Amino acid sequence: MSTATATRPATPRAELAAEHGLSPSSARPPLPQYLRQVWARRHFITAFATSRTATLYSGARLGQIWQVLTPLMNAGVYYLIFGILFSSRRNIDNFTAFLVTGVFLFTFTQRSVTSGARAISGNLSLIRALHFPRAALPLAFTIVELQQMLVSLAVLGVIVLLTGEPITWAWLLVVPALILQTIFNTGLSLAIARIGARVPDVSQLLPFLTRTWLYMSGVFFSIPQRVHAGPLQDLMMANPATVYIELVRDALIDRHDAPQHAWILAVSWAVVAFCVGFWYFWGAEEKYGRG
Amino acid sequence: MADIQHTNGQVPTVIVDDLHIVYRVYGATVGKGNAPAAFKRILKRQKSPALREVHAVRGVSFTSHRGESIGLIGRNGSGKSTLLRAIAGLLPPTRGAVFTDGQPTLLGVNAALMSDLTGERNIILGCLAMGLTPAQAKERYDDIVEFSGLGEFIDLPMRTYSSGMQQRLRFAIAAVKSHDVLLIDEALATGDADFRKRSEERIRELRDEAGTVFLVSHSLDVVTKTCTRAIWLDQGSIKMDGDAETVVNAYSSATR
Repeated sequence: MSTATATRPATPRAELAAEHGLSPSSARPPLPQYLRQVWARRHFITAFATSRTATLYSGARLGQIWQVLTPLMNAGVYYLIFGILFSSRRNIDNFTAFLVTGVFLFTFTQRSVTSGARAISGNLSLIRALHFPRAALPLAFTIVELQQMLVSLAVLGVIVLLTGEPITWAWLLVVPALILQTIFNTGLSLAIARIGARVPDVSQLLPFLTRTWLYMSGVFFSIPQRVHAGPLQDLMMANPATVYIELVRDALIDRHDAPQHAWILAVSWAVVAFCVGFWYFWGAEEKYGRG
Repeated sequence: MADIQHTNGQVPTVIVDDLHIVYRVYGATVGKGNAPAAFKRILKRQKSPALREVHAVRGVSFTSHRGESIGLIGRNGSGKSTLLRAIAGLLPPTRGAVFTDGQPTLLGVNAALMSDLTGERNIILGCLAMGLTPAQAKERYDDIVEFSGLGEFIDLPMRTYSSGMQQRLRFAIAAVKSHDVLLIDEALATGDADFRKRSEERIRELRDEAGTVFLVSHSLDVVTKTCTRAIWLDQGSIKMDGDAETVVNAYSSATR
């Protein structure tokens, strides 16, 4: 619909507009200009994210303590079911650290995707009120999740230490792994944001998709032990959630080794997801806010 | 095309060229709104009866110039707010085009900021979203608080504000920056007498700062007092366009 205005024969009014340098009001800026606009709003993005984090648990009496309690209780539930009831802990060194790392890292990606789906559709009033590059919203929501993740990471460090792991130089590898995962999450959340803006039903569907992904990612079992070697195992091992989880496990747990090529996969997933996600989100820039 | 001749010597800021806007509205519940009915519809490959098309703006054309403030009047549902949204670039035209000078800012009643945050945080966020730097935002913070007249309420969450207070804050934030084109949708309707007076002054100032102001209002008084020109919309098309006083008089005698 928006391209129709460009190919229309020039009317006297369109000529007058061109003469005075007026531009069509609902036009999408070219990608480089759009990137500059997003960069110019970086203060807005961080301020929005910080405010959002501050109000996240404002309705609960314990307030910000839930930032720590939520991941802890998550880990507790999975430990009860998979550690004790199903005893998948057999044959896994330091199952507690293995499980908690997996749960926390997966939750980071899962929450980024879920909040990305609502980044546009849940903020229509803001979009209709003010002009800013819309990518600022999914970006801000990923930063909110990153801030949550940093709290979880501190909890994770304490838990892993309590299970008797030594602090080694390898722990530093958590930083690049987490940066790559954040870039991956951002791309994914941008893409989902565009879909969620057009089809609100995505929010209903996402819990099922992320749960399937969770079971495919070896969060509470070791994929090579449970799945026979073959295309399915390769697929599960190459999936981005597994890759990032394995890298952090490798860094934190002394006797755990990441699969081969994990770093190459981690970088590739991050770059591809971010570029494709950003490009895809930009493609509908002028249409957000129509509802 | 008579208005094109008038532009000689004047700088156009908004050109609306034969604009048509058709809304596709989902959720107009027709028939049984239950799951089996929806499923049957999908099986029979029927279009959802809940999908309706509304032709809200039908072939509107006009040109506005620098320094004008234009009141849009008309009955509820005559397409005033839709037209504003199209000028703001928030609704892509179905046919026709809207050309603007710079990025118009729409200030509407439904334009909530973040209701869980305090007025204070909302001011800073609003300024940053409009593209001000953190230093500029801090610099203008006091002006905004003073103009909004919210006083000690400024550090309470915005959801605790009355609708009048929320609108005051929104207007105060948007009015801090001089916009090329400012679109105001009923924003002054619920303010008290004192705030209304100050905002009318501010609109006049904004107009003098070489911008163009569009104002949708049901209060004809406000239109005659703050606007130089008025456009009367009726069922999506322009019924009359001209000097504010003349159009308002014609409108009020037609609706009486």
